[in-house]
Amino acid sequence: MAYSFPEEVLEHVFSFLSSPRDRNAVSLVCKSWYEIERWCRHRIFVGNCYAVSPEIVIRRFPELRAVEMKGKPHFADFNLVPEGWGAYAYPWIAAMAEAYPFLEEIKLKRMVVTDESLELISKSYKNFKSLVLTSCEGFTTDGLASIAANCRHLKELDLRESEVEDLSGHWLSHFPDSCTSLVSLNMSCLGSEVSFSALERLVARSPNLRTLRLNRAVPLEKLANLVRHAPQLVELGTGAYSAEIRSDTFSSLADAFSACKQLKALSGFWDVVPSYLPAVYSACSGITSLNLSYAAIPSSDLVKLISQCQNLQRLWVLDYIEDSGLEALAASCKDLQELRVFPSDPFGAEPNVSLTEQGLVSVSEGCPKLESVLYFCRQMSNAALIAIARSRPNFIRFRLCIIEPQAADYLTLEPLDAGFGAIVENCKELRRLSMSGLLTDRVFKYIGTHAKKLEMLSIAFAGDSDLGLHHVLSGCDSLRKLEIRDCPFGDKALLANAAKLETMRSLWMSSCSVSFGACKLLAQKMPRLNVEVIDERGPPDSRLESCSVERVYVYRTVASRQRLDIPDFVWTLDEDSSMRYS
Amino acid sequence: MEASLGLLIGEQNAAVEKEYIGDELELGLGLSLGNGGGEKGAYARILTAKDFPNGFACGTKRERAAAHQISAASSSPSHSAAVRQVVGWPPVRSYRMTSLLNQAKASNAVGEDESSKKKMNHGGHLGFVKVNMDGLPIGRKLDLNAHKTYQTLAKALEEMFFNPTRAGKEPSAKLLDGSSDFVLTYEDKEGDWMLVGDVPWGMFLNTVKRLRIMRTSEANGLAPKSHERNEKQKSKLI
Repeated sequence: MAYSFPEEVLEHVFSFLSSPRDRNAVSLVCKSWYEIERWCRHRIFVGNCYAVSPEIVIRRFPELRAVEMKGKPHFADFNLVPEGWGAYAYPWIAAMAEAYPFLEEIKLKRMVVTDESLELISKSYKNFKSLVLTSCEGFTTDGLASIAANCRHLKELDLRESEVEDLSGHWLSHFPDSCTSLVSLNMSCLGSEVSFSALERLVARSPNLRTLRLNRAVPLEKLANLVRHAPQLVELGTGAYSAEIRSDTFSSLADAFSACKQLKALSGFWDVVPSYLPAVYSACSGITSLNLSYAAIPSSDLVKLISQCQNLQRLWVLDYIEDSGLEALAASCKDLQELRVFPSDPFGAEPNVSLTEQGLVSVSEGCPKLESVLYFCRQMSNAALIAIARSRPNFIRFRLCIIEPQAADYLTLEPLDAGFGAIVENCKELRRLSMSGLLTDRVFKYIGTHAKKLEMLSIAFAGDSDLGLHHVLSGCDSLRKLEIRDCPFGDKALLANAAKLETMRSLWMSSCSVSFGACKLLAQKMPRLNVEVIDERGPPDSRLESCSVERVYVYRTVASRQRLDIPDFVWTLDEDSSMRYS
Repeated sequence: MEASLGLLIGEQNAAVEKEYIGDELELGLGLSLGNGGGEKGAYARILTAKDFPNGFACGTKRERAAAHQISAASSSPSHSAAVRQVVGWPPVRSYRMTSLLNQAKASNAVGEDESSKKKMNHGGHLGFVKVNMDGLPIGRKLDLNAHKTYQTLAKALEEMFFNPTRAGKEPSAKLLDGSSDFVLTYEDKEGDWMLVGDVPWGMFLNTVKRLRIMRTSEANGLAPKSHERNEKQKSKLI
């Protein structure tokens, strides 16, 4: 074309585009842009590992250096997806080992990763730099040993919240003495004790170490030694934060912390002995992120620490903080952006702490930058939600879990429709919403009408009828992920909005009223959707077609609908429209 | 994205229902618009497939109808006495649950059986501790994770060691209330021997290394040691 730029120029321009969405948009402009773009794309993000196949990815993008991928649906975190459902990393790792010898980064979330995969990673990529496994499972510390031993230029090993079979702490000792490249190490999910001297030597020879998250087994008495070797740390996760009270331990710890001028984030704090908390005070003015969600200590001790952190932006804490503590938080931390309050006694019959809706109201009123909330509590009212919505129209993420399912407004005994309605009406930029409490179809009407930027919605024990689901599917223009459990939503709304489902990443429905017949029909109508019926009661055609399925997971895909790793409790529609059994 | 059936969104359920039925005749049977206008989506314990090993046709709708009867008769949810245990609710990840289990300050440890049975990798307490009794050369092992209170622990130990059919043994007595010839003690992380029952269960789980059923006569020095130590700690504060 006479008017087009030379390839090199376009490539250079594209190199400034980092977001996958921008890259995707660029590739749709015309065929030549598609070609140029695909040759210079180095990072991809695959939101659902079954939406595409390794072969398709490799064929399109020959020069990848970083791959990020997610597997199981979010509700797998709460045991709603049976063991063995899928999301195996190995086929991807194996295919990429062949295709991308220069791959540097792999980031996986909710996938099953085996030791075999880890070993393959460690041996296939000469320049491998970063492995981040969030909420993954299926591997042991032996796999970690391969990574430590073979990845000579490893910068990052982050095992956030993964379930690792802990055979021994010996894996850490496999880092060779020549490895000095570590920037980030997060082993907080591991149970076993690693060799402290190996850990100390590793930290001492890693001048670029910025993030160090220890596991609970690292005793407090030894923390000072470690920290002293790494005063450049930006993020530190302690081990167990308890020791016999001794002044030398304390002062040594306090000294070590005062040398850390760059510290921005603190976490860990298992088994906290409050008397040791002042040891971190010298770092508090720089702290922007504090994860105290394992610290089972009273509100007064929490507040003493938090009020030292005037620049706090993110706080994760247990409900021991109580309403009074949240009020103090609202008064001292005006930069707060994200708050998560976890329940200390989720299954207890009676509240064990004095944490109510008032705490959330205080923080919403007092913290002008608050945009992201995850809050567990035992009572809520429409009045509180309306007040919160009015104070804080800048919410982006609002996740409220009232512990008792279908709990009504405790003041008026009405449903909480008006309250959540106020949230979606006022918070025009809301991208993520999780609801709880007593909710009728009305709240879904509000959501469909107002929540135009909503991308992810989580619903449980809510609604009266299909109309609820219909409002959401027809109204929420930006919806990408919808997860529903135990709601009386069924076939009509689903089928009436079948086309919508192709514009979304996925839909999860469990313990609802979706019939097997509807699933088949949906799959027949929409060839680019994979409709997975996940039912542990045996083949769905051994029951009436009008029978509800236990779970249905619908996602768009350009890969074959027959994933090879399908277990025997999952049924999908075959190419010839018959339901396939494995 | 408008609905593929060109549906007009009417205010009433009835209008929508007509449209649906018009175009989806083949699925007309068995479909309804949920539970109708008035019901609020009944909730009770959500039965899972495991409750029906022989299969259950159209289980969910019937369960729901039955459950609605139950919940209609019972008191309103906000005054219910206990949180009914349902899979995956409240939505707290299992690694957090196991961590709470080990650190619980409340006197009753909380947490579903599932989470303690799952392989715990968060510095979790392994569960099995050795138990020795004065006068018996051979000790036993006990899984602490199987217990949530001191009462059940004591009962299990009483059954283990004070089997009334064994000749020559005194019949039980409660190990925790001081009425027996024996008291239950434990060695904690610091190596001290303490009386069982002084601290909240969660704290106990976190610190116990092994148990010893000690003769009352030998246990006299042990009494409020936990208080003593707190006093000592306070005085050492910087």
